[in-house]
Amino acid sequence: MANIQDTAAKTGAATNNPMAIIAPLAGWLLPGLGHFIQRRWIRGLLLMLAVFIMFFCGLGMQGKVYGFNTGDLLDILGFVGDVGSGLLYFIARGMDAGGGNIQRAVADYGTKYIVVAGLLNIIAAVDAHQIAIGKKP
Amino acid sequence: MTFELSHFTAALVFAACASTVFGITQRNTPRDMLRYGAYCFALFVGGVIVAAWAMWLIKH
Repeated sequence: MANIQDTAAKTGAATNNPMAIIAPLAGWLLPGLGHFIQRRWIRGLLLMLAVFIMFFCGLGMQGKVYGFNTGDLLDILGFVGDVGSGLLYFIARGMDAGGGNIQRAVADYGTKYIVVAGLLNIIAAVDAHQIAIGKKP
Repeated sequence: MTFELSHFTAALVFAACASTVFGITQRNTPRDMLRYGAYCFALFVGGVIVAAWAMWLIKH
């Protein structure tokens, strides 16, 4: 009985913790920020580096940045993956970067790099949420 | 700015970045994070080498 009450109390505390919402949102907007605001400096820095390197290598290899679309299913999923990078995505779109280049084989790798950078950033944002609710040290 | 990475270098960069994120997010202690990240990196690179040899064997 006491265990149930403890669990309920912890769940309630986690739900009321604003950091549980702020941390993943911040982590999504700027990779690593969700960890920085919870004082996980090294983890945040490593996550930021990993996502930034993948995203900018993808752009450097002339990968494609998907825009919002309702066409091909793979294009829609590509957009969903790209948006995971948060501000990086919107800045790249705003600067008209990521036009793609079908003449280069490596450009296709670049497209995958950019999508995976977004997906990794979503994993990092979920991790920031786990830290905020106390499920992870 | 554009640059050209070889296929293997691109695979290594991918493996390093993905392993870093997997290691940090999937384990709780720094020691476990390092071990799991290294494990993922080894699997990524090992998978690349095995796939490369498999394609070479199919071709020949």
